[in-house]
Amino acid sequence: MLVLAIDTATPAVTTGLVQLDAVAGPRTLAERVTVNARAHGELLTPHVQAVLAEADVRLGDVDAVVCGAGPGPFTGLRVGLVTAAALGHALDRPVYPVATPDAIAWEVFRAGGEGAELLVVTDARRREVYWARYDTTGARVDGPNVERPADLAARLAGMVVRRAVGQGAELYADVLGLPVAAPSFPSPAGLVGAAAEALLSHARPGPLTPLYLRRPDAVEPGARKRVSQA
Amino acid sequence: MSALAGAVVLGIETSCDETGVGVVRLRADGHVDLLADEVASSVDEHARFGGVVPEVASRAHLEAMVPTVRRAMAVAGVRPSDVDAVAVTAGPGLAGALLVGVAAAKAYATAWNVPLYGVNHLSAHVAVDTLEHGPLPGPALALLVSGGHSSLLEVADLAGPINQLGATIDDAAGEAFDKVARLLGLPFPGGPHIDRVAREGDPDAIAFPRGLTGPRDPTYDFSFSGLKTAVARWVEAAEREGRSVSVPDVAASFQEAVVDVLTAKTVRAARDRGVDQLIIGGGVAANSRLRSMAEQRCASAGITLRVPRPKLCTDNGAMVAALGAHLLAARVDPSSLDIPADPGLHVTEIVMP
Ligand SMILES: [Zn+2]
Repeated sequence: MLVLAIDTATPAVTTGLVQLDAVAGPRTLAERVTVNARAHGELLTPHVQAVLAEADVRLGDVDAVVCGAGPGPFTGLRVGLVTAAALGHALDRPVYPVATPDAIAWEVFRAGGEGAELLVVTDARRREVYWARYDTTGARVDGPNVERPADLAARLAGMVVRRAVGQGAELYADVLGLPVAAPSFPSPAGLVGAAAEALLSHARPGPLTPLYLRRPDAVEPGARKRVSQA
Repeated sequence: MSALAGAVVLGIETSCDETGVGVVRLRADGHVDLLADEVASSVDEHARFGGVVPEVASRAHLEAMVPTVRRAMAVAGVRPSDVDAVAVTAGPGLAGALLVGVAAAKAYATAWNVPLYGVNHLSAHVAVDTLEHGPLPGPALALLVSGGHSSLLEVADLAGPINQLGATIDDAAGEAFDKVARLLGLPFPGGPHIDRVAREGDPDAIAFPRGLTGPRDPTYDFSFSGLKTAVARWVEAAEREGRSVSVPDVAASFQEAVVDVLTAKTVRAARDRGVDQLIIGGGVAANSRLRSMAEQRCASAGITLRVPRPKLCTDNGAMVAALGAHLLAARVDPSSLDIPADPGLHVTEIVMP
């Protein structure tokens, strides 16, 4: 089946067309990944058009859409989700949400099969990180959570995890004290791989709910401020 | 034109706290018919904060977007293959909120393979009047007053550039209503509550200042911040001196000051520019005193007043669709699919390239 993959939960604007086969797994036909945290809104749709052109595929040929649901810092995250939701509606195709760290982890475990525990760490801005932990089979066993890097480092003492991936792990490598491997961002194949079971079984997609992990910044007004000198 | 007769335009609006989706159809003679005008508002979620919280609004837009498009298409009775263009508010407005609508509009336009128009929110407020009163017979002035804007515009042609004659230099008119309502213990949004309470009050009870009406002040600009402060001072002084505060009198006198300045400057602009059509739009256009004073002053100045019904005055998708239809009819080039959302989009830019 032909799957369009989208993720805007990290500074990367990720788009790809992926052929998913039950035996062979995902095979990327075309991808566009641009790291620019401020241009998700501008770049995403042109990226979709570019991968369609490169793979010589029409949007109507796509069987399903997969979209990273975060966690990601607010504004950019919504670009991917609303684009995926609107494409799904307009094309009458199912849209499958995937936790973005699952897509990153999928690639690590596919490359090396089973292996050591893994920590996926992405940048949450405001000096915090989003993190999720995966066991030796690649199953997520903790997270995603949002935390200060130092607090995550303190937790690591009680964990057996000895490796990390993701741009957040690179940014705070000195605080976390873990060796950092690739990838930094989710790939189209990772997104489709993480959703493969649901896609191939034509499962009913879950709701396209963004993983914000933070409440909006908003304060209720206090007492009226005086404008005249008492 | 003939090829465009019957063209259906879908419009998306997310510049503030309303997720609006409208559907219109263009007639051969340039008339634009409204087929659907669906709005999902997050206003209740903002009430306890006393103003629109951008992140709360953006989250609500994401949730409401596709359901609102579905509803609007169902109400309009159009299928995806019927849509000939997608228009969306590209600015001005709240950055994160605009971004949701712009991203969705790009996706729909791409999936349906139709042109995209990223348009100016203020022009859309002007264009919406044609859904109710038909095509503009000639040049018009537009007074746009809401919680986000207070602008006096000169419009020669809906698809062409707009000349901004004046705008607020501080608070928007609707913002002043919200702030004074809070001061008087009235709920958010303040406009309808002030309007209601003011009906029981005396508009001449307190002589509040008329901002920027001095001989050396800019002729067509507005200022409401000083008025809001004057109301606060008056209420505090009354409390300090143990006088009882008549909320209806304060509300009526405040409202009178706002409406007096808005209509006086607008009528003067119409005279100066030799324009005899006036459109009032934006949420404050629903204010009953603004409507009655504008009617009276326009009548004596020989100006034809056009005020769309309240639901078309507040932010909605129909206004965006209407402007999109006029742009399509005028064969204006559509926007590129890499346009940004522009929170500060200038009023002279009707459609993004
Ligand atoms: Zn508006």
